[in-house]
Amino acid sequence: MASDGGPLTPGDYITHHLQNLQVCQVDGEWAWNQCAGNPMTINVDSMFFSMLLGLFFIWTFGKAARMATSGTPGKLQAFVEIIVDFVDSIVKDSFHGKSRLIAPLALTVFVWVFLMNLMDLIPVDWLPMAAGAVGIPYLKVVPTTDINVTFGMSISVFTLIIFYTIKTKGVGGFLREMTMQPIAPPTRGAGLIAAPFIIGFNLILESVALLAKPLSMSLRLFGNLFAGELIFILIAIVGIWQLPLHLGWAVFHLLIVTLQAFIFMMLTIAYLSLATEEH
Amino acid sequence: MEMVISYTALAVAFMIGMGALGVGIGMGLLGGRFLEGAARQPELAPMLQTKMFIVVALLDAVAMIGVGIALLFAFANPFVDQLRNALAPVAG
Repeated sequence: MASDGGPLTPGDYITHHLQNLQVCQVDGEWAWNQCAGNPMTINVDSMFFSMLLGLFFIWTFGKAARMATSGTPGKLQAFVEIIVDFVDSIVKDSFHGKSRLIAPLALTVFVWVFLMNLMDLIPVDWLPMAAGAVGIPYLKVVPTTDINVTFGMSISVFTLIIFYTIKTKGVGGFLREMTMQPIAPPTRGAGLIAAPFIIGFNLILESVALLAKPLSMSLRLFGNLFAGELIFILIAIVGIWQLPLHLGWAVFHLLIVTLQAFIFMMLTIAYLSLATEEH
Repeated sequence: MEMVISYTALAVAFMIGMGALGVGIGMGLLGGRFLEGAARQPELAPMLQTKMFIVVALLDAVAMIGVGIALLFAFANPFVDQLRNALAPVAG
């Protein structure tokens, strides 16, 4: 694993574990892991694990739904029912509009992000070593430590926010929301001369607030998970004393994993509720 | 070159430390208010706890963004690369 031929330094170990498995077009040919600085790279490991976990979630919950009985439920059905009831109660509390999309969206966001975060609890070296035995040089197994994955999810939510705003309030309502708040521009009289400046000011404020939503959602999830993964890697360098430290940090990280998935879901619901509320 | 690296190290320490300081104070206040509220009306404690965790995660976000940027500087310092590129034509 040491490219310089000598013993592996801690810095090399860290940067090796922070490197994604990348494929990109170099001079027209698809090449692996030669993508430094190339914006058109695909992080194959993040894509693979996120899709695998997504399909696992859909398959498990779909199987529980198909085999659901109204008699005594089996364990899988009881487990799925707990999660669905949990998300349902939160959506009922927080979402004040009418939509058939919100509760399934919230359920998907919560369980998918939770499953992706949960990959962080697998010991740092296991999967990369197994992949190394097969010839794969780099493997980052936690998709949410890849900023592309978190931004992908938050940009999708952002698109939904704009779509629902326009669907509920119309394009005129959307533009009105962006330009007439928080300062109502004067519409007649001497103050009319100031109206363009006020509209411009409102537009800047509201644009920043609107763009801050997906940005903060994705960076929050990415930052928490990246820091957690990095601390796991750093503890792994310590030597034999890493076992109690790993245990302690893993227990704390379990809280972070669940909390961040819950927060992503809560913010999705809250932003979509704001987008669909009518005065 | 050493100055760039040493100032970067100081900056990393600042970013992580100040973030932790602010979040520590904020969470302390939050936890204190939660305990007061729960002591006043114990039947509201579960609901308050849920809301408290929501605010905890929102507070974490800002600190974590700072930690993420600081760790970027610690492991993949762009200033060192910039300096190397600037010095390379002179040295080579």
